[in-house]
Amino acid sequence: MLVRGEIGPVNGALQPVSRHPVALALAFAQRYSCAMLTYAAKRLGLALLVALAVSVIAFTLLHVSSDVAAAIAGEAATAADIEFIRKAYGFDRPLIVQYFDWLGRTLTGDLGQSLYYKKDVADIVLSKLPVTLILGAISLAFAVLLSIPLGVLAAVYPNTWIDRLALFLAVIGQALPSFWFALVLIMLFSLTLRWLPVSGSDSWAHFVMPAIALGYYAAPAFMRLTRAGMMDVLSADFVRTARAKGLSPTSVVFKHALRNAIIPVMALAAVQLGFMLGGSIVIETVFALDGLGYLAWQSIRHNDFPVTQAIVLLLSVVYIGLTLLADLLNGWLDPRIRVQ
Amino acid sequence: MSDPLLSVEGLSVDIPVAGGTLRAVRDISFQVKRGETLCVVGESGCGKSMTALALMDLLPRRAKRRAQSLRFGKNDLATLDAKQMNALRGDRMAMIFQEPMTALNPAYTIGNQLEEAYQRHRKAPADEARARAVHLLEKVGIANAGQRLGQYPHQLSGGLRQRVMIAMALMCGPDLLVADEPTTALDVTIQAQILLLLRQLQRELDMAMVLITHDLGVVARVADRVAVMYAGQIVETGTAAEIFSSPRHPYTRGLLACIPVPGKTKRGDELGSIPGIVPSLVGTLVGCSFRERCGFSAAICAADPPVHSAASHAWRCVLR
Amino acid sequence: MATVPLTEIGALDIALTPGPGALLRRRVFGHAGLMVGLAILAAMFFLAFAAPLLAPHDPYDQDLARRLIPPIWHERGTWIHPFGTDGLGRDYLSRLIYGSQISLLIGFAVMAISGVIGLLLGISAGYFGGKVDMAVTFLVTTRLSMPVVLVALAVVALLGGSLTVVILVLGLLKWDRFAVVIRGATMQVRALDYVAAAEAAGASNLRILFAEILPNIMNHLIVVATLEMASAILLEAALSFLGLGVQPPLPSWGLMIAEAKSYMFFSFWLIAIPGVALSLLVLAINLVGDGIRDVTAPENRA
Repeated sequence: MLVRGEIGPVNGALQPVSRHPVALALAFAQRYSCAMLTYAAKRLGLALLVALAVSVIAFTLLHVSSDVAAAIAGEAATAADIEFIRKAYGFDRPLIVQYFDWLGRTLTGDLGQSLYYKKDVADIVLSKLPVTLILGAISLAFAVLLSIPLGVLAAVYPNTWIDRLALFLAVIGQALPSFWFALVLIMLFSLTLRWLPVSGSDSWAHFVMPAIALGYYAAPAFMRLTRAGMMDVLSADFVRTARAKGLSPTSVVFKHALRNAIIPVMALAAVQLGFMLGGSIVIETVFALDGLGYLAWQSIRHNDFPVTQAIVLLLSVVYIGLTLLADLLNGWLDPRIRVQ
Repeated sequence: MSDPLLSVEGLSVDIPVAGGTLRAVRDISFQVKRGETLCVVGESGCGKSMTALALMDLLPRRAKRRAQSLRFGKNDLATLDAKQMNALRGDRMAMIFQEPMTALNPAYTIGNQLEEAYQRHRKAPADEARARAVHLLEKVGIANAGQRLGQYPHQLSGGLRQRVMIAMALMCGPDLLVADEPTTALDVTIQAQILLLLRQLQRELDMAMVLITHDLGVVARVADRVAVMYAGQIVETGTAAEIFSSPRHPYTRGLLACIPVPGKTKRGDELGSIPGIVPSLVGTLVGCSFRERCGFSAAICAADPPVHSAASHAWRCVLR
Repeated sequence: MATVPLTEIGALDIALTPGPGALLRRRVFGHAGLMVGLAILAAMFFLAFAAPLLAPHDPYDQDLARRLIPPIWHERGTWIHPFGTDGLGRDYLSRLIYGSQISLLIGFAVMAISGVIGLLLGISAGYFGGKVDMAVTFLVTTRLSMPVVLVALAVVALLGGSLTVVILVLGLLKWDRFAVVIRGATMQVRALDYVAAAEAAGASNLRILFAEILPNIMNHLIVVATLEMASAILLEAALSFLGLGVQPPLPSWGLMIAEAKSYMFFSFWLIAIPGVALSLLVLAINLVGDGIRDVTAPENRA
C-alpha cells in the first residue's frame, strides 16, 4: 500500500520480528529506549571524566600553590618540625603517587582530618550539607516562581508595560551585588521592621532573606530565557495550529507553547542550582547561615585545606550531577531526543 | 440554489510597516456554498494567505482586519468577540497549513493533538475522542491508526503529517475547511494523493472548502470556482470552466500562458512569463495594479478599472 | 487632507530611506538603554581618570576626631565631607572616587585575560571542530563544574590577597562564557559560503580565522566582554567583601561595604553609597552590552 511505503521503517518498527517473548521485549527496548539509554550512558561517561579532571585540578591547586606541610605544622614550627610532618604525611613522595593515594582514600569516603576542628572532614561536611541544599532549593523555587510567570507574560504581551517592567527588573536584578542586596534586606526586614532574624539557621524564618538574596540573582536569566523561548514558540506554526483548533488561550500558551519553551529553562534550572550552591558562600557568610558555604569561608580563613578541598570537590560533583540530570531531563522531555 | 455558507463582503487587511501601511488585502468579496470548492490563486505576496488567516481570525498581531461583513452560517465573523470566534474555530471552521513539518507540536503525540479539539468543542470523554481520531486517521488513509496515535510528529514523513493535519481539521466535522497551500511543501507524487483525498473528503462530508494556492495545476484538479488575486485584490472570479476556457483579465491570461499543456506545448517551446514585478502595496493605491506589467495598458488604466460581469464570471478590467 | 509642500515630501522620502550608516546611527541614538549606559560609563571613567583632581581629600587620610560624619543630606552633614566620613575618619567621597579606579581596572584586566583565553579556545573549537572541539568542550565543562567564588577565594587565600592576584585568578577562571559563545558563533560563520570560498581560494587557516571569521564574530565578542566585565567587577567586590580580595587600606567598593558592616544600624549610608555606585557601574556596563546586542542584531532581542 502506498501509505505504508511512504513511512519507511521507523527504527525497524515495521520490520517483521520473531514472536518469541524475549525477542519482542528486545525489539520493544530497541524501539523505545535504546536511544535514551545510549544517550544516558554517554552523558554518564562524560560526567565521570569531568569529575576526575576536577579532582586532579583540586589536588594540584592545593599542592602546587602552597606548602601544605608548613601549614599543618603551624606558625610556630621549626624547619625540622615541618620536615618531620612532610615525611609523616608522605608529602615527600612524587605528586602523582600522592594524587592516586588521595584519590583512593577519597573514593572510600576518607577525606582526612580537619586541621582546625580536629575531626573527620567527611562528617563535618556532610553535617552542613542539608542547610545548603535547603537554601539552594528554596532559592531556586523563589527564582523560578518569580521569573517564569514574568517571562511568559512579557512574551504574551510584548512591548507593553508588563514587558518593560519585566525587562527593567531583570536589568536591575543583574546589577545588584548579592552581598549588598543581602545587607539591604537585613537593614529593612530585620533592623527596621524587625520581622525576620538577622542571622543563624534555627528556623524557616532564617532562610527567607538568604533565599531571596541568592535567588533573585538567578531570576533574570530565567526570565530572559523564558521570554525568548516563548517569543520563538508563540510564533511557531504549531501554535497557530493550536489556535486554529479553537483551543482556549490558556491551553495555547501553557500546554502548547510553554511546554516547548520550558525545556531549555529546566536545563538552566539545574545549572543555576549548581551556581547557587557555589554562590552560597557569600550569602551564608553574610547571614551566618550554618551551611557548606559558611563552613567553606571559615575553612579558608583558618587555612583548613582538607575541608576547603573537600567542599570544592563536593560542590563540583554536585554540579556535575545536576548537569547530568538536566541532560537526562532534557532527553526525557523532548521526544525528539527520547525516541529517535 | 442554497444560500452561500460563507459570504465575504469588503474584506481588507492592513499591516503597519516602516513608512506607512501595507494594504495586503484590499476590499475583496466572495462567496462559497456548502459542497463547493473555491480556489484562491495568485503569486506569492498577493494577499491570498492573509485572506485565509483573516477568515480564521489568525492574522499576525500587527495586522488589522476590516470587513463590511463576514457571514458564516448564522454568524457574522466580523462582529464576533475572541471567545465566540474561538468556539467556532476548530469546530465549525477548520484550517490546514502549508508546512506539515512544523505545524504539529513536537512535544505531544499525534493522538493527543487529534483528540484535544474534539474534547474541547464536544466536551467528549477521552475514549470517544480516541475512537473518533482512529476513525479519521483511517479515513485519511493511514494504516495502523491505533498505533499511530502514540507516535510523535517527528516519527512521521511529511505526507503522513499532512494527512494527520487533515484528519485533525476534520475531527469536529467542520462546515468550512480553509486549506492554505496544503500541498506546496510535499513531493509531487504525494501532492496528487493529498489533493485527491481533500477532494473526496470535501464531497463526502459536504463541506465548503477555500483552497489557497499559487499552482494552477492544483486549481484545475479541484476547483469548482476560482478567484484570481493580484496585489491584494480579486481581479477575476468565475467557475473553473469559465476561468480556464475564457479568461478575461490579462493577468489571468498571463498566468495560464505560464503552464505547459500536454499535447499542445511542444518540447523546447517558450513558456509564457509575466514581465515585471508586483507593485509595492504600501500607501494609497489608485488605478489598475497590473497596468505596469500589462500588454494592453492604456491611459485609462490609471483610473480604478470597472468590474465587468457575465453570469457567474466577473473581472476587474476595462477590457470586456 | 492638508496640502504638503513638495520640498517637504522630498525630505520625508529621504528620511524614509536611510543608508546603512545612518540606520546604525539612528538605532544607536534611538536606543535609550544604550545611551543611558554609555553616559553612566563615561561619568565613571571621568571619575577614575580625574580622581586626583576631583577628590576633595586624600582617600587614605585618617582623622579619628572626625569619625562617622553623616553625608550632606543629613541634618548634621557638612559640605567639607559631602558623603561623610567612615569609621576611621576618612573622607567617603574621596574613597568612592578612587574606588572607581579599582573596579574599572579589575573589569578591564580580567576581561582582557579571560577574553584572550576564551577567544583562542572558542575560535579553534568552532573552526577546527572534531577532536579540538571535543577537547575544548571538555575543558569548558570541567571549568564550569568548579564553583568560581569558592575556588577564587581559596586560591587568593593561598597566594595572599592583592590587586594583581585577584586580577590573575579571576582572569584565569572566567574564560568559560567567552569560549562557549565564540565557539557557537564561529561554527555559524564557518558554515557560510564565503568561508568555503576563501578555503577554495587556498587561504591559510590563520588567514581565514583572522580575516574572515574574527570580524564576523566581533559583535558576539563585545557583548560577552561587557557581561564578563560586569561579572568580574561584582566578583572582586564579593571577594573583597569577604576579606579575601583587595586588601585594606585600598578603597575597593566591596571592601568599603565590608568595613561599614559594623556601623550598619546607625550609619547605613556607609553601606548604601558604595553599593549604589557598584550597582550603577554594573548596570551601565550591562545596558551597554544589551544595547550593542540589540543594535547589531535587533531581531535577536531577548
